[in-house]
Amino acid sequence: QGKFTLLRDTRTDGSFLVHHFLSFYLRAGCKVCFVALLQSFSHYNIVAQKLGVSLTAAKERGQLVFLEGLRSCLDLLFGEEEQSGQPSPLQFISTSNLKSLFDFVRTSLTPAESESWKGPVLLVDDLSVLLSLGATPVAVLDFIHYCRVVVCSQLKGNIVVLVHSSEDSEDEENKLIVNSMCHHSNLILWVEGLATGFCKDVHGEIKIIKRVSLESTEQDLIQIYQYKIQDKNVTFFARGLSAAVL
Amino acid sequence: ELPAPLLDDTYRNELREEATAVKSEDFQDTMKIAWRYQNLPKMEASPTTSTKFGHYYDLSKKMSPELFQSIKWHSFFLPEELSLESKLKMCNMNCGYARLLQSIQRIIYQEGFDGSHPQKKQKNILRIGIQSLGSMLWGDDICSTDTPEDSHSLTKFLYAYSMNINYLFHHIRCVFCFHVLQNKAIMERVTNLSDMVVGLESFIGSERETNPLYKDYHGLLHVHQIPRLNSLICDVSDTKDLAFRLKRKQFTIE
Repeated sequence: QGKFTLLRDTRTDGSFLVHHFLSFYLRAGCKVCFVALLQSFSHYNIVAQKLGVSLTAAKERGQLVFLEGLRSCLDLLFGEEEQSGQPSPLQFISTSNLKSLFDFVRTSLTPAESESWKGPVLLVDDLSVLLSLGATPVAVLDFIHYCRVVVCSQLKGNIVVLVHSSEDSEDEENKLIVNSMCHHSNLILWVEGLATGFCKDVHGEIKIIKRVSLESTEQDLIQIYQYKIQDKNVTFFARGLSAAVL
Repeated sequence: ELPAPLLDDTYRNELREEATAVKSEDFQDTMKIAWRYQNLPKMEASPTTSTKFGHYYDLSKKMSPELFQSIKWHSFFLPEELSLESKLKMCNMNCGYARLLQSIQRIIYQEGFDGSHPQKKQKNILRIGIQSLGSMLWGDDICSTDTPEDSHSLTKFLYAYSMNINYLFHHIRCVFCFHVLQNKAIMERVTNLSDMVVGLESFIGSERETNPLYKDYHGLLHVHQIPRLNSLICDVSDTKDLAFRLKRKQFTIE
C-alpha cells in the first residue's frame, strides 16, 4: 500500500506494462483512476479483453474512472465555453495549470460512502505528454507530488506512472521529470530495447529496481530479465535464455 | 501541380480518392514523415514479386484536371485563411495551426466522416497531407531558432489533430512532411505523439553516395516507430534495412 511505481521505457514501447497494471488492479478489486492521455478508450478496452478484463464493465460498476485525454481535449477546443463551476481536467492546455487535473484525480479516488473497493490506484499513461501540451516540468512534478500526498499517504493507495526516456535525449525538461521520478519511486520497471538492435524473439530487456527504503542508503535490489511480447501475454526469461536460443 | 499518375486499365478501376503524389523537390537531405493510419499494406518479404504495390506516377507530366473534378478534395492555403478573419486564439496555439485544425474539423463534419450524417453514403478513406509542418510557412519558428517563441504549438496541434481522427468512424490516413527539426527535444515529443514515424535519408551529399552497396538506391528508409493499436504487439516486418529508389515513374522501397 502507498507505493509509487515508475514505468520507464527507452528505445522501445513500455505500454504493455500499463495494460498489465490496469488489468491487474482491476482484477484485484481496486478502484482505478486511469489518466489516458494518448490512446483512446477502445484501444485499452480491446487489449484488456485479451487479458481477461472488461473496461466497459468496470466503468459501469464504478470501479474504473477513465479520463480520455483525447476526447476531453476535443470538448475543450471545439465545445462551448466551459460550463460554470466545472473546469475541464485538461484545462492546463490553455492555462498551463495542472490543478484541475489534480482535482479530477482526487475526486475520482476519494471513496464515497457506499463504495467498498480495495485501495485506490492512479495510473497515468503517459507523463511525458503533459510536457508536449504546455505544462512546465515544475508543474508536472508538483502535480505528481500532490497526487502522492492524497493517493499514497492519505488514501493508502498506489500510483503507477509511465514516462519515456532515452540516454541521448535532448529534451531537458523530460529528463528532469524522469530523474526526479526515479528518486521518488519505490519500484522502477525500466524497459529497454536491446542495444544490439531488433530481434524477433527477444523484444527487450526489463530492469526491476526495488527500493528497499527511500530513507536509508541500503542498496536497491536489481533484477534483469528479457521479454517477448505476444498477443495475449508477455513471457519473461533470464538473459540469454530465450526459448528461441535454447 | 501533382504529377500525373500512370494508369493502366486494371489500375484505373481501382483508383481511390486521391493519388498520393511525391514531389521530387521535397527530397532534401533528411525528411521525416509521420503517418497515422488504420490499414497497413503488407510489405512483401521478397522484392521480386511484381504486385502493384504502391503508386505509380510520372514526374514529367502534371495530373490532368479531369481527375480532380471526379474526386472530392479540399485545400488549405494559410496566407488566404489568415487574411479572412481576425486572430484566432485557441489554447495558446499558433494561429496558423489553430486555423488548420478548425478547417480539418469543419471538413470532417461536413463530409460526414465523424458519423454525424448517417444518411450519407459510406465514405472511403480520408487522406490528409500537410506539407512542411513545423516550418516558417506555418508561422512557427522552432526550426530556425534555439529559443522559439512558442515551443508547444506544434505538439499541441498534433495532439488535437490526433484526437480529431481517433474518434472518426471512417479511416483516415494522414501524411505530414516535416522539415528537419533542429530542435531534437521537440522532435522526440513529436515522435512520442505519433503512431508511425518513417524517415527518409537521402544519399545526396553524404559519403554513402559513393558506397558501391548503395549504387542502385537514392536513399535509406528508416522506420522509427510502428503503431501498436488495439494490441499488445505490433506487426513488425521481417526486414528492417530498407532503401528507396526514386525514378521518373516509380518510387520503390526494397
